[in-house]
Amino acid sequence: MSFFEAVRLALQQLRAQKLKSAFSLIGVFIGVTFLIAAWSIVNGMNTYMTEKFAGTLVGVNTFHVRRTPNFTPNVSDSVWRAWRRRPRITFEDARAVEHGITIPVQTAWWSQDRGTVAYGLKTTRQVGLNGASAAYFAIRNIKIEMGRAFTPQEDRAGSNVAVLGHDLAERLFEGRDPIGKTLRVNGLPYRVIGVAERRGNLFGISLDKFVVAPALSPIQRAVNPPGVIDALMVRAGSEPEMRAAMEQAEGIMRSRRHLRPRQDDNFALETAEGVLSFWGKIKRALLIAGPGLVLISFVVGGIVIMNIMLMAVAERTREIGLRKSLGARRRDILWQFLSESATIAAVGAALGVCSGILLSALLDAVTPLPARVSPGAVVLGVLLGSVVGIVAGVYPASRAARLDPVVALRQE
Amino acid sequence: MSETQEFRTGDTPLPDVLILTHKLAREYDMGSETVRALRGVNLQIRRNEYVAVMGPSGSGKSTLMNLIGCLDTPTGGEYWLNGQRVSDLSDDALARIRNKEIGFVFQTFNLLPRATALHNVELPLIYAGLAARGRRAQAEHALTRVGLADRMHHKPNELSGGQRQRVAIARALVNEPSILLADEPTGNLDSTTSAEIMQVFADLHDQGQTVVMVTHEADIAAHAARVVTLRDGLVAADQRRAA
Repeated sequence: MSFFEAVRLALQQLRAQKLKSAFSLIGVFIGVTFLIAAWSIVNGMNTYMTEKFAGTLVGVNTFHVRRTPNFTPNVSDSVWRAWRRRPRITFEDARAVEHGITIPVQTAWWSQDRGTVAYGLKTTRQVGLNGASAAYFAIRNIKIEMGRAFTPQEDRAGSNVAVLGHDLAERLFEGRDPIGKTLRVNGLPYRVIGVAERRGNLFGISLDKFVVAPALSPIQRAVNPPGVIDALMVRAGSEPEMRAAMEQAEGIMRSRRHLRPRQDDNFALETAEGVLSFWGKIKRALLIAGPGLVLISFVVGGIVIMNIMLMAVAERTREIGLRKSLGARRRDILWQFLSESATIAAVGAALGVCSGILLSALLDAVTPLPARVSPGAVVLGVLLGSVVGIVAGVYPASRAARLDPVVALRQE
Repeated sequence: MSETQEFRTGDTPLPDVLILTHKLAREYDMGSETVRALRGVNLQIRRNEYVAVMGPSGSGKSTLMNLIGCLDTPTGGEYWLNGQRVSDLSDDALARIRNKEIGFVFQTFNLLPRATALHNVELPLIYAGLAARGRRAQAEHALTRVGLADRMHHKPNELSGGQRQRVAIARALVNEPSILLADEPTGNLDSTTSAEIMQVFADLHDQGQTVVMVTHEADIAAHAARVVTLRDGLVAADQRRAA
């Protein structure tokens, strides 16, 4: 019997017994759906983390000189307490590093906290307040949509000028032109000189609800004690240059802090890589748990198919006897039932691929979780599904093939 | 009729002898006791004979039918079919023989309920490894032979009992087997339809087909030219009707 003959026969069986077939499909269907959806989320998160998250929070080829790392999963209490005892990064530290690095870099001071911004009778709470240098916009790749960013002169002079995030500007000004208007940041008067382009959101948190003002302007009172910043951002032209600049910055900071060779740094140099290692830990956990769950659904799917096939063999014993009497060899019968179970699994896998892709799209659209379907998941899903079908079919099919035609034909 | 060959173990049947059994025995091991369904049946059937095998239930006629049809293997003796000793062939070799040499007609028709008449008739050709186009032509020819040219695309439940049995006969004939082996072919049919089916067998016999039919009805057996009666696993009588 040819391959197409067998598959045609199998599809005929599937059509004839729709309900039973639906049940037999379900295990593989769920397995493949889950495989694709889970893989899509990990894949989407990965792209998101490497391209957007790390780039947004730290910046490309950029490191931050900070008191403690910003992204720190699972830090023990004692480490945390030691970190809290470290001296903060001061204006002098920042200036020393800026002047000490010989590699061409862009630098910006950065302090951040949450606060209230008001314009007229409108007040918005929980706004990201940023005290920063002029280069902040370039380093974090924030584009100005309307107006302008502040200049190095305004930066040095500590002028009361502010750039607003897109959402904040919309909320406060509701479509009116915000440029030149004066608003209050934690009560301090600031003149709006620019509005940034929309940046979207990160896990559902808006990236457009912020104010940026010169670090030396009065906003300092809202974000940090006098003379202190959260981070000095340093952006180099390339990865090796960034590494070299980091070494220089480390040396400068160590000598300023009078650290002996055997003492650890009492400050942190954080790169996008650091953020990514945090994500790497999450991903590793997902990569261990994910395949386990997928495996379980495939095993269950295989058992369901095996049961259905055993039932089919029992129900169709007479047909098997007839086929044998007409000249079907053992391998013909084996082949028939194997291709039937493989077809069941393949159809289940195909439906699973469709629903997996749909589910991923839905997750992507409805939840803040980013999901991106990878072709590898689709191929693996179909492959695994079919393998499950074949493996589950071996036992029932070999039972059918071994039936004695005399006994089989006698069955009612 | 020509003389029956004096057959001894180690001999080869004459070319004219299609079926030859020599001391054919079949025992069933039923745990504590052994049932001897056939106890040494000697039977020779020549080409183009029309033989009815009769006997009361338990006489061994079904067992003989299974052995002749190569569905079962004997526990003793020899069975020669069409010049080939088949009594000790493997399962798959027997499947080949069933496909090429034997056309079965069953009491309960045994058609695939969801397949059309044409597809049912094509089945043996599928196992013979024929390509789809050749199969179709041959199956159509076989259905035309049994008078069902206009019912090819009907499913069994759209056909009468007599028509179903004709489909089964077409399926049995489609590979041009050496023997047509019928097991109570009229057992599920009324007398009018039975007569029709017997007429089909008679016509096929006239066209040169060898027919072996197992039945317990004397009036059905009367259609055959030769009646072999079994009793207690042995041939009790072998009568030829004058043509």
